[in-house]
Amino acid sequence: MSPELVMPSIEILGLEKTYQVGFWRRRPKQALRPLHLQVEDGEIFGFLGPNGAGKTTTLKLLMGLIFPTSGSARILGREWTDPGVKAQIGFLPEQPYFYDYLTAQELLEYYGQLSGVPGKQRRHRIGQVLHQVGLRDVQGLQLRKFSKGMLQRVGIGQAILHDPKLVFFDEPMSGLDPMGRREVRDLMEQLKHEGKTVFFSTHILSDAEALCDRVAIIHKGEVLRVGAVDDLTSSVRGKVEVIWQGTQIPASIKALGAECHVTAEMVRAILDEKQQDAAIDALRRDRLRLISVTPVRTSLETYFVEKLRHAETSAGSIAGGV
Amino acid sequence: MKTSIPHIASNTFREAVRDRVLYNLIAFALLLSGAAILVGQISIEIEKLVVINLGLTAVSLFGVVIAIFIGIGLVSKEIEKRTLYTVLSRPVRRWEFIIGKFFGLAGTLTVNTFFMAIGVFAALFYVSHRFVRADALIFVALYFIILEFLIVCSLSLLFSSFSSPLLSAVFAFSLFVIGSFSDDLRNFAGMAHGVSRWLATGAAYLVPNFSAFNVITSIAHEQPVAGQLILQNTLYALFYAAMVLSGAVLIFEHRDLK
Ligand SMILES: Nc1ncnc2c1ncn2[C@@H]1O[C@H](COP(=O)(O)OP(=O)(O)O)[C@@H](O)[C@H]1O
Ligand SMILES: [Mg+2]
Repeated sequence: MSPELVMPSIEILGLEKTYQVGFWRRRPKQALRPLHLQVEDGEIFGFLGPNGAGKTTTLKLLMGLIFPTSGSARILGREWTDPGVKAQIGFLPEQPYFYDYLTAQELLEYYGQLSGVPGKQRRHRIGQVLHQVGLRDVQGLQLRKFSKGMLQRVGIGQAILHDPKLVFFDEPMSGLDPMGRREVRDLMEQLKHEGKTVFFSTHILSDAEALCDRVAIIHKGEVLRVGAVDDLTSSVRGKVEVIWQGTQIPASIKALGAECHVTAEMVRAILDEKQQDAAIDALRRDRLRLISVTPVRTSLETYFVEKLRHAETSAGSIAGGV
Repeated sequence: MKTSIPHIASNTFREAVRDRVLYNLIAFALLLSGAAILVGQISIEIEKLVVINLGLTAVSLFGVVIAIFIGIGLVSKEIEKRTLYTVLSRPVRRWEFIIGKFFGLAGTLTVNTFFMAIGVFAALFYVSHRFVRADALIFVALYFIILEFLIVCSLSLLFSSFSSPLLSAVFAFSLFVIGSFSDDLRNFAGMAHGVSRWLATGAAYLVPNFSAFNVITSIAHEQPVAGQLILQNTLYALFYAAMVLSGAVLIFEHRDLK
């Protein structure tokens, strides 16, 4: 494999941001603890956290819109401040707003120029993108007449206009109706399919769960966990659901601490993954017909809430211990 | 080397046009034709004097007001509304943004001045029915006015890069007024003593020397303008604007966007 193929798309090397807040008595507010994160080429990466966690701060740092207190990053193998990087990335800000005296078509034309897309290709791409984000019919309308959802579409359009290798979306689904969310999800999958890397932030877990190869969970400026959605969720509980025919529950299975539900003609037992083999053996001994064994996955939602509650209490205990 | 400056400049111009900034030309035209008709009863010499004086002063004042009112929002408004996010996340360097904005605003004013100049010449022709050689001096006055605009534009941009539009407007107007009386300030510095002499001298050299750009009265009286003054004013305006823009860039380069 050539080294280029294994190069990560984003490497965040201890980026940290402390704001000075307060007008008269300035005091520091740490919005982002030193953040280390690596996003691989071609993945959809979810940056997950509640409001105020530091997601937007991270994205603004990466875009060079604000400056870090310390730390650095590499994007597409280059220093993140390298102007050459910017031609290859796309950015959708949170609740985007644009020059409202321009039409959608004009805005994309302008942004295409700024991104250095050559004239003929630009016109072609603008048509394509307007179609892709469903704004073909209103391309000649001034943006001041656009609704929030339409502006979000313009925002996505401008982010992918110059065919970037890597896109950053800040809360891409917010302000959209269910149809719109669905379309954005499809679009992100499409981008991945085209070999692009997608890094997006969200506080809506179901969006991340359905889409992401990996997620990072951020809370109060600190990344709590990074991993594949599957790993994160199944590792918490590690439970399996065993279903067999009949209404009989072998004593040995009860002894394993299984939680059993009996219905008309079958039994559902939830137990620890580690006990799975023992349970199957027990069923075999009693000649019961096994129907299925499936891992029970906690939804990301449950995981998230649990993780955050844990973070809260441990932070509390640290504060209490001082 | 590819640069975004022309794109940013032309978008700035487009914004001004769409925000109906050029509508000021209507007010200007009304003012000028009203004046021309009003003074139409007096002798030709006085009429000319009035039209040139009033016309050029209006060109200058209208322009300064526009330069300040657009200029003060050029950076701060884009930060406030976050339109900058999707610009600066492209291969656009921050200094290019400032310089592009400057040229866009300067371009807007130049176009505006061009139309006003047509108005001034039309009014002049209306009252005197012909042009004479000395009328060419009006071009010099217009040139100085544009140089003055460059300085005002740069100052508005500077203030816009770190303060709110309201404060920027106050700063820019104050500087414009003080700069217009910079001659008096210098005279005062010459007469003062002690600390006030120091302060007045410092201020006199720091504020833009707009007095030197005002040749309206002398050309209305058909007094020629020295070639040296043209050169001097050109260099001064370019240097002053460049310095102020560098300051704006320096501030903006290190600024966190909201
Ligand atoms: N310009 C700023 N000045 C002071 N504090 C800020 C500023 N921007 C963000 N913060 C604070 O930093 C924290 C993280 O904010 P943000 O990154 O916007 O969170 P998220 O996008 O995850 O909702 C919040 O507590 C927020 O109040
Ligand atoms: Mg946010």
